[in-house]
Amino acid sequence: MKVLVPVKRVIDYNVKARVKADGSGVDLANVKMSMNPFDEIAVEEAIRLKEKGAVEEIVAVSIGVKQAQETLRTALAMGADRAILVVAADDVHNDIEPLAVAKILAKIVEEEAPKMVILGKQAIDNDMNATGQMLAALLGWGQATFASEVVVEGEAAKVTREVDGGLQTIEVKLPAIVTTDLRLNEPRYASLPNIMKAKKKPLDEKTAADYGVDVSPRLEVVKTTEPEARQAGEMVPDVDTLIAKLKEKGVV
Amino acid sequence: MAVLLLGEVNNGELSVDATAKAVTAAKSLGDVTVLCAGASAAAAGEAAAKIDGVAKVLVAEDASLSHRLAEPTAALIVSLAGDYSHIVAPATTDAKNVMPRVAALLDVMVISDVSGVVDADTFERPIYAGNAIQTVKSKDSKKVITFRTSTFDAAGEGGSAAVETVGVSDAPSLSSWIEDKVAESDRPELTSAKIVVSGGRGVGSEEDFKVIEALADKLGAAVGASRAAVDSGFAPNDWQVGQTGKVVAPELYIAAGISGAIQHLAGMKDSKIIVAINKDKEAPIFQVADFGLVADLFDAVPELTSKL
Repeated sequence: MKVLVPVKRVIDYNVKARVKADGSGVDLANVKMSMNPFDEIAVEEAIRLKEKGAVEEIVAVSIGVKQAQETLRTALAMGADRAILVVAADDVHNDIEPLAVAKILAKIVEEEAPKMVILGKQAIDNDMNATGQMLAALLGWGQATFASEVVVEGEAAKVTREVDGGLQTIEVKLPAIVTTDLRLNEPRYASLPNIMKAKKKPLDEKTAADYGVDVSPRLEVVKTTEPEARQAGEMVPDVDTLIAKLKEKGVV
Repeated sequence: MAVLLLGEVNNGELSVDATAKAVTAAKSLGDVTVLCAGASAAAAGEAAAKIDGVAKVLVAEDASLSHRLAEPTAALIVSLAGDYSHIVAPATTDAKNVMPRVAALLDVMVISDVSGVVDADTFERPIYAGNAIQTVKSKDSKKVITFRTSTFDAAGEGGSAAVETVGVSDAPSLSSWIEDKVAESDRPELTSAKIVVSGGRGVGSEEDFKVIEALADKLGAAVGASRAAVDSGFAPNDWQVGQTGKVVAPELYIAAGISGAIQHLAGMKDSKIIVAINKDKEAPIFQVADFGLVADLFDAVPELTSKL
């Protein structure tokens, strides 16, 4: 079967986001960008399913600015077979909302007819946690979100999910949407020879207009502000002092 | 304007705390109707009717609604959506699974993890692991929202809302439940506990997490963990506090052996009092702690447990 893996180019996991002084957003100029960590897990899971023989072809997709092709090259270097870049924004500060992303992905699914779409459960920039569920709705497919284990068995997938109370295992009929949680796998690093090979793998470039999808936002960003800063308190020399302080505050 | 609020129902029982916090968040948006859905949900509906500020309760019972599978739950909400301007839920894993599906079926954007209500169209939500707060104004005719429970106080008891039963339409079966692995615990629930004791990578093993658990039990606290501790197998996934785990804001948060990555801070920095215990005096956790103690947690935590 074929698997589609959408990936997003986001601020690097280790970089602290800085709010622009004019309140217009988070400053992304000259900031290190990487593949969304949950999407790396999605790519890795697709590759593992391919290594187990459950998957024949992995198609990576990214929707955003042109530079997202770097992110797609990373996916190709990890082991995706080909890639589709959908240019939908010309400024990195213009985040495409999950609903618009899901609509474009739904069109790509119509063309590519994958049996499964594996997505990261959330992007670490807008923290929406929505695209997979929205895509499932638009396609009328079943969804298995926050996956920590995926087993493909014939025309269904058995998926263990990380939920508030612990773990839940469900079976979802294929075709289906899977979104990844942290414990699903540990993504591999691309080796240098694979990075070289990835440069030769096919990467199609499209635009949002090619799919007839309006990407204008439904949520107007009024302002972006720094959260209230928390001040460092005091260092205490020993446990006895700590207990005295906590008693003073009335919390123990 | 009217609000439909998806009550948090697990195995027929209402999670009153999460639901009541969402009621507080939703009250200013209009009359609140709480939907309790499940294979059996009548008892949950009775409990929801007692929450102060709830105008009406809808109970939907059907075998397809057990285990909160996203597809039938979303279909049910969409079938009821016509009467409401806002469709909301507490931001639990169940609601985060269901609500974006509801939003897409209604062709509107979901507004996740809302931490503040400005007006009926305008909401605040944390982005970038809480390093920025974004204020967004929705242009959609209906708003689909999940509320971050840690930033709203639970509504009290004293309501006596009318309870109605609603029919459940047939939805295609796309997924089925196999099993739940839920750890039984006498400890308070992590997101509603007044005290949370968390351990990180510094705890070193699942066995040594007992040191953290002993302090928690002494204080009647919930146990939390950093992502590093969960990834290493020291603690189960449902203990994870952080950007992608649970968000907590207890009266007292004790972090032992946690360095304080931004992703962890995102889940606990709204706690009233933060105590950090770490061997490394440079650990970033000390920058947000009210009280910091540079010490080996295997000395300091047992000493705390015995002296408290």
